[in-house]
Amino acid sequence: MIESTPVITSEEQVTDQPGKNGALLSLQGLKVYFELRKFGFGSAGFVHAVDDVSFDVRHGEAIAVVGESGCGKSSLMKTILGLNKPTEGHVIYEGKDLGKMEPKVLKWYRTQVGYVQQDPYGALPPFMSAQRILAEPLIIGGVKDKGEIADRINKVMMEVKMTPVNDFLTKFPHMLSGGQQQRMVIARAMIMNPKFLVADEPVSMLDASVRVEILKLLRGLQESYNLSVIYITHDLSTVRYFSERVFVMYAGKIVEKVNIGDLLRNPLHPYTVALLTGTSEPDAKNATTYKEVPPGEPPSLVSPPPGCRFHPRCAKMIQGLCEVQEPPEYNPEPEHTVLCWLYKNENDSR
Amino acid sequence: MADTELLRVEDLKLYFRTTQGVVQAVDGVDFNLTYNRAVVVVGESGCGKTSLAKAILRLLPKNIDTYSGHVYLNGTDVMAYDDEEFRQNVRWIKMSLVPQAAMNALNPVIRVGDQVAEPAMIHLGVKQNEAMEMARKMFQNVGVPADFLVRYPFELSGGMRQRAAIAMSLVTSPLLIVLDEPTSALDLLTQANIMNVLKRIKHEFETSYILITHDIATSSELADDVAVMYAGQIVEVGDTPRFFPAPLHPYSRKLMNSVPRLHGNKEPDFIIGQPPSLISPPTGCRFAARCPSRFDKCVEDPPTFTIEGRRVKCWLYA
Repeated sequence: MIESTPVITSEEQVTDQPGKNGALLSLQGLKVYFELRKFGFGSAGFVHAVDDVSFDVRHGEAIAVVGESGCGKSSLMKTILGLNKPTEGHVIYEGKDLGKMEPKVLKWYRTQVGYVQQDPYGALPPFMSAQRILAEPLIIGGVKDKGEIADRINKVMMEVKMTPVNDFLTKFPHMLSGGQQQRMVIARAMIMNPKFLVADEPVSMLDASVRVEILKLLRGLQESYNLSVIYITHDLSTVRYFSERVFVMYAGKIVEKVNIGDLLRNPLHPYTVALLTGTSEPDAKNATTYKEVPPGEPPSLVSPPPGCRFHPRCAKMIQGLCEVQEPPEYNPEPEHTVLCWLYKNENDSR
Repeated sequence: MADTELLRVEDLKLYFRTTQGVVQAVDGVDFNLTYNRAVVVVGESGCGKTSLAKAILRLLPKNIDTYSGHVYLNGTDVMAYDDEEFRQNVRWIKMSLVPQAAMNALNPVIRVGDQVAEPAMIHLGVKQNEAMEMARKMFQNVGVPADFLVRYPFELSGGMRQRAAIAMSLVTSPLLIVLDEPTSALDLLTQANIMNVLKRIKHEFETSYILITHDIATSSELADDVAVMYAGQIVEVGDTPRFFPAPLHPYSRKLMNSVPRLHGNKEPDFIIGQPPSLISPPTGCRFAARCPSRFDKCVEDPPTFTIEGRRVKCWLYA
């Protein structure tokens, strides 16, 4: 059984400083653990869903968090949205610590952040019309003027290309196709004019032919409003068209941070290399060759392996090092960091 | 045995009765499959891919309106069999199915070993311990440790359950396996692993596959031929070395362009509009409304043209 509220073990000081180089959002040593309960009260250990994650998101930048299911992507995202409390570490938005926000400030934070859910049908209330779905955040946000509400709904519907707007406003979610439902979800995320979007696998439930359309729509919104976007996905082939930086996540840790160009040119972590090799492209030659795939499966996050968490599956494992000590963050080239012992000699600044 | 025809489907139709009207899910499908090859059926959701699989294996729901056409397996028309003959002589023995979301298709209260052994006991008539031995061998072939035989499905990860489902489809050594979206619910590396397993089985056991999917990129790992399905009909059939670089039908071209690629500089594109309703499909070419190269002729239903062994249902090739 997993207890829904994570335990708070640290009462550290608030580091109330804005992130470096004007970051909009900054994660500092973020840990999210969930306690496992035994018979309802005894503790049976912790699920180390997010383990010591730090990064900055700059203004107007799209980043992608890539990883397999169960690697902690969604826990990370929920913590950023303020739906989970961090066990340790801080989420700093414009210099304010999310964990210490007053309810009023938290309400403001929620207008700043838009959330695009994975399953559009599950995310839209089935008993509300499109008009009502989009009005709800405005009403809660304190917009009282009916004319203003109508104007803003109209504007956002035009932006997600749900035209003619009046035809769609009276429709209920079940009357829309999958792609249209996902546009509604995006419209709802955009209606409060956020500075920042969190998109959790926004296209994984959609048909291949619609996926690109939705990604292009999101990219267009990001560019025209200078939004910061965290795009969570397991599909490396779409990342390229959508983001500037990629964070590869494995078993609760971000193992590599890389600019999109360098990801294809020079992937460093063996796990990143495995993900890139595992991604198929339509090519007739594929049928005649076998793919190199690391053996085994991602580890349990209750008792992750000691040392590097990827070592049991890694072909380049260094005996006596990888399974003993956790690798620190190395920086073999500018704007490219990796959590792997292989890069120890290239830059031994630590 | 190479180049011998294994399966030929002719004018296969499967219509369902619903409260809104008759859904023409599979509407006059023709294709064939050579021995030890894999054909992948691709298309958007709702185009009738899964219904095609069900029509071939005759796993039909109750609300059937029309079920007609011919399915020749090794030259015999199995559509002429009655249900009992079909069950005894075709299903599992000659053709088996790995259903969609196979990882959730296992019975949760029966040990996986028993489930994998069951088709062998029922259809091959072997004794239980012999069947368990066959199941153990199959587990080895698909890469599941033998001690997993006594586990329950919930004790296996998604990838392992998918492998167990593949082991089950293999245990009776069928000639043809129909795989309905075998990897779409799995993680990237698990997908690649399963594809490797299927490829090895194809080489070792000389099985043939019909792979039903919407994911062209992953299916290219296994495919020898591609059949593109749109609104209940097959609009193009071709071999992969010629299909992937240059598809013929405008829909196939659009579909290939919508695949995001890791390498190369081609920006992916999308298909404007939605597939038509299968209750009252448009007359003439069903793709005409979304087609960039439509012309006057498209109001008539195009026949299938054959160009150097590739078949395409489009007036452009008349």
